[in-house]
Amino acid sequence: MSMFSIFGVSGSAISAQSQRLNVVASNLANADAVAGPDGKAYKGKQLVFETVLMGADASAGVNVKAIQENQAPGRRQHDPNHPSADAEGYVTHSNVNPVEEMVNMMSASRSYQNNVDVMNTAKTLLLKTLQMGQ
Amino acid sequence: MFAQMNSALDFQAKALVVRAERQRVIASNIANADTPGYAARDLNFQDAMSQASGASALRTLSPAASGTSHARHLPLLASSGELGSAAPLAYTTPTQPSMDGNSVDLDRERSKFVDNAVRYESTLRFINSQSKTLLSAIQGQ
Repeated sequence: MSMFSIFGVSGSAISAQSQRLNVVASNLANADAVAGPDGKAYKGKQLVFETVLMGADASAGVNVKAIQENQAPGRRQHDPNHPSADAEGYVTHSNVNPVEEMVNMMSASRSYQNNVDVMNTAKTLLLKTLQMGQ
Repeated sequence: MFAQMNSALDFQAKALVVRAERQRVIASNIANADTPGYAARDLNFQDAMSQASGASALRTLSPAASGTSHARHLPLLASSGELGSAAPLAYTTPTQPSMDGNSVDLDRERSKFVDNAVRYESTLRFINSQSKTLLSAIQGQ
């Protein structure tokens, strides 16, 4: 029955979007982190999605291909009294842009809700199909 | 007489399979709304339906799939089970192209999904009412 694979497709999308929400959460949590003793601050992470074919027919699910680190330089702030300041008196913060992350979070949550909705509709239709002829 | 009873339900049954197929394709589009490079697909209901009902009994598999290797071999008939896999899939034209090459228009897909769900339900109701009509004719009450 072809409609059953909707659950696989939407389920893979939900899992990918929740992983995206997870990454957004760690990015936002570390938005104000400063560089540790090794001089390297937290780098923002981004997910890369890819289409994965499910079965022989044309249903296309989603898979997380890679988690990439944002290689942009961290934000530097002049604060000579800070314990983590370098020789020139600069503190290196993480390169996370909180505004971008909030937008990312909204997009992920909307996609998640869309896929939950799709699954609910498919479930209703299948249940009605089961009641056929009664 | 039995053939007449069947043919009334047969058309709706095929429509139901094509609707389910389209529902699945749209679900794939919604699932891949954030995947870079994904091209949205859709199913032309009219084409799929005429393909399914036009020559359902006579439709044969392709030479490779039917196992014929000689001109005088009798080809295997395609079963209705793989009706969906033979349905013609097309790519949608993006209205607002995005930079990552993804051509899913989420608003359009959502409306198509709801529209298709309603039509699926209406086909189900047709089948239900037709079978009720047949049952009451059989019981003669």
